[in-house]
Parts: sequence; structure tokens; C-alpha cells
Amino acid sequence: MQKIYQPEIESASREELVALQNERLRIQVQRVYENVPYYREKMDALGVRPEDIKSIEDLHKLPFSYKKDLRDTYPYGLFAVPLKDVVRLHASSGTTGKQIVVGYTRKDMELWNDCFARALIAAGATDEDIVHISYGYGLFTGGLGADGGAMRIGATAVPVSTGNTRRQLTVMQDFGSTVLCCTPSYALHIAEVMEESGLSKDDLKLKAGIFGAEPWTNEMRLQIEQKLGIKAYDIYGLTEVLGPGVAFDCSEQDGMHINEDHFIVEVIDPDTGKVLPEGAQGELVFTCITKEAFPILRYRTRDIGTITRGKCACGRTLVKMTKPRGRTDDMLIIRGVNVFPSQIETVLIEKGYSANYQIVVDRENNFDSIEVQVEISREVFSDTVRGLAVRAKELSAAMKELLGINAKVTLLEPNSIPRSEGKAVRVIDKRNLFE
Amino acid sequence: MVQQLSVFLQNRSGKIATLTEAFYENGVDIRALSIADTTDFGILRILVSNLEKAKQALDRLNYIYSVNEVFVVAVPDVPGGLAGVLRLMSAHRIDIEYMYSLVDRGKNDAYMVFRVSDPDAMQQLLQENDLMTVSGVSLGLA
Repeated sequence: MQKIYQPEIESASREELVALQNERLRIQVQRVYENVPYYREKMDALGVRPEDIKSIEDLHKLPFSYKKDLRDTYPYGLFAVPLKDVVRLHASSGTTGKQIVVGYTRKDMELWNDCFARALIAAGATDEDIVHISYGYGLFTGGLGADGGAMRIGATAVPVSTGNTRRQLTVMQDFGSTVLCCTPSYALHIAEVMEESGLSKDDLKLKAGIFGAEPWTNEMRLQIEQKLGIKAYDIYGLTEVLGPGVAFDCSEQDGMHINEDHFIVEVIDPDTGKVLPEGAQGELVFTCITKEAFPILRYRTRDIGTITRGKCACGRTLVKMTKPRGRTDDMLIIRGVNVFPSQIETVLIEKGYSANYQIVVDRENNFDSIEVQVEISREVFSDTVRGLAVRAKELSAAMKELLGINAKVTLLEPNSIPRSEGKAVRVIDKRNLFE
Repeated sequence: MVQQLSVFLQNRSGKIATLTEAFYENGVDIRALSIADTTDFGILRILVSNLEKAKQALDRLNYIYSVNEVFVVAVPDVPGGLAGVLRLMSAHRIDIEYMYSLVDRGKNDAYMVFRVSDPDAMQQLLQENDLMTVSGVSLGLA
């Protein structure tokens, strides 16, 4: 059995855990009702009183929360504490106009650090490890989330952040990094650059990696493990709920343990909102039962997955969730950056293109690629090849600047994008991650 | 100056066939043609016997095109003929955006179609050097 960071929680009996959840949920709902007018109105509209929530059995009575609620109350409308008690803000990654912001109290930061620390310990890390963090540091929760976890277990954090892969490799070599934290596609890119630079995995001291912030498959895990000579662990999280650390892989690597002492998970039918029985596939919904500053209730993640409660060989009793199988809405996650087709559309139209476009997402050399195919308009047409190439480049640059994505632009003739009778097919995802 | 049609085409099989078919149906004769292509798209540049009819055909099929002014220059059909013209253009720093040739049977001259960076300078150069430009009418273009 492997080492467990907080065995009193992670290996607690179901009865103990449920008792803890019941108590925390009751207190949380009361607190939220009193402190967040937005929730109070939503609950009042449904005729639900805080007293009606006596245990997790009553959870389904509470209203759902959606991303839209975060936008409607932007920036601080869902905060349950005064700003003077908020010690940290984070915002959702890389998007324009759709930004959401969340806050953390000192206690929230500590529980977050605990959650990430559990993931690190589950990945075999100790206070002797050198944790190389190539998640972005900033408003994005990845970098600082991992950072806090590393500090919590007493490991040595190396806050490299993203970019400049060759330098990352030099740092890894010189500093003797043993644990890598980044997105899985970046881990593979690091492996590619390592090979290009004539380095082998034996030149590095890496032994494990904790990868998250984008969907990835087990096949990709095996590739990363083989190329970098490490064990690759998944970590799950969303800014709205916590950031990385809502759930984490253990040594068994067949499902992520959800930190149930802080988050209650439900699996629901995304169409009806009905709670599904255990083992059924559906949309994951999370309720924060300990967070103070941003205690979201029944948050609709749009991630599709299943949960299982079987006994895990690692010794943990925390419920396990499968890797999310995709999103129920049309948001794209490209190399960890959230992109909505509507945002691409906005850029196209601003630059004088037609609204007839299609987004082709693929994975080339284990790196997400995005191609925007757009029908040309009279406005942007030029009779020289150079003129058209310049137009395409300008559009790429605008998308890079506004959306943070590196998209290839392909100009098409009018009427070459198939038209649809109902909703237009905007996205063709060829990544086939889960087939 | 002559009016040229520049048509955006995707680099796919059958694209030019479809377009020429439409011209045929509208009674449009193509007098000169050149294609600039990349892996993704091509630009078809043509001089046609009837610009209005050609535009109608293109509009009906929703092509994206533009009408551009080009020079059609009569070049002596002997070795060094084209070189002489290009030497002059180069000396006057007139850059060629693109060029292609046009065949007119039974004449002693070859015709070159030029789209240039500085049409005014080109006009002046042609006049000063007594180079003959060809009008649309004489090429049977309307």
C-alpha cells in the first residue's frame, strides 16, 4: 500500500465520510443562503429553505449552478465572504469576454494545497522531490495550484511556468527535477524536444508527472510514460470548483479519487437534471462543502463521466471518477486554453470574413492543432497569392492575440462549408480521444 | 489598360471545369488565362470576350472575384524581346505582381499581360519607350 497524505480522510469509512459530508453540507447551505443573495433568490424561487437540507440525501433539492451564473454575477456576486477575507483571486484560462473570477480565503488556500498535496503523495512524491511546474503561473489555477501543493508536502518547487521548452529541459537537467506538472500535451512536447535535442530520458531524473487541465486518454498516458520514463498521473479540477485537485489519480491509475471531504459529486442526466444511479454515465456536478469564499453549489461541469465506489487497491476509500469523456457544450479546450466557437466567429466577422466557418481540431504529434476554415468574402479577396497569404496570417495573428490560440487559417470558396438545417456544425473534432 | 477577372478557386479537382462550363453556357470566350496556385487555393486570372456576361456567370455560381486593371504589352517576338521590356521596367523600379502571356494568332508580336506595383509609372514608361499596349477592343474583349 502506498503512502497516503491524509489517511484519516482518504481512507475513512463510508459512514464517517457521509457523516462529515452531511454536517458540512448543512452548515454550508445555511452560510451560502445567508451570505449570497443570488443563491438565496434561487433557493427562494424553488421554495427551498436551508433547513430542508439535512443530509446529502437532500442535495438534489438545491438549484443547479451554471457557468452563466458566474458570468451574470461577475466579478464578485457569488462570493460568500467580504473581499477583505479573500487572499487570492483566479480567473478562467485564456478566454476573452467570457472570463470568470473566483476567490479564496486563507482557509480555502489551505484546503486547496491539501488537495494537491494528496495528489502529489499519491504520485509517490515526498519532501525530497524537486517538483518542476510547467503549468502557467498567473490567473490560471494550474501553476499556483501545483505550487501550493508542492510547498505543502515540503518538496522543492521549481516555478518554471510555460514556454521555452529547451530551457525547461536545461532546468530539468541542471536542477534535477523529479516530478513534472503540466498539461499532458505539453509533457509530450517536452519529450519530443528532448529527443530533438539529442537527450534521452536517462539524462533526466524525472520519475512521475501530474498532468491535467485538458482531456487526455490512457493511450496518451502510456506514450508519456514510455517517452519520459515516468509514471503519469491525472489530476482533475475546474476553476469554478477549486482548480486542480478536485480529484486525483492514485497508484492504480484507473480513475481519480474525488476529495469528498470538500466536494460532493453527483452524476446527472444532462437533459433532465435527474440524479443517476451509481455507475451510470452522465454529467458531473460538484458541490463545495468547505470552501468559504467561492462555495459553489451543484455546479454543472458539462464534463461527462461516471463514478465508482469499489474498494481501491491503493487503500483509499474516496469515490473514483473516470476521465471526463468530453463536454456537453461546445467549448473547445485547445492545449489547455478554453475557446468557444462563438469567439472565433467574432474575430472572423471583425476581420471582414463570412460567418460561414468550421473549426477542425486535431491532434498532430500529440499536440492539439486547430484549423479555422472560413469562406472567403469579397472584402478580403486579393488577386495576388501574397495578398491572400497576408490576409490569412493577419487572421491567425488576431486569433492568437484575442483568444490565445495558434490556429491555421484556410480560405475556402463560398458554399464549401456544409450548411445545416438546424444548428450549424461548427466544430469537427478529429482527436477521437476516447475511441 | 485591360480589365482582367481574378477568381478565387479552391484547389480541388473539377473546379476549373465547372467554371469554364458556366462561361460556355453564357457564351463567354476566354482569351487569356493564368493560374497562381498554392496547396490550398488558386487564383484564376482571365481575360474574357465579354466581361459583363462573365461576371453574371460568376455571380450566379457565387464565386468570389475581382476586376483588375492590367497592361497588355506587345513584345517583339524575337530573342531578347521580353528581356528588353523587363530591363526597362526593372530600371524604373516597377515591380511585377504577376505576368503571363497571351497568344494572338497571325501577329508578329507576342503579348504579355502585366499587373504591376506602379501602374502610373508603367504607363509613362510604355509611352516614353514607344512600346505598344493593346486595348481590350483590339483583343476582342468587351
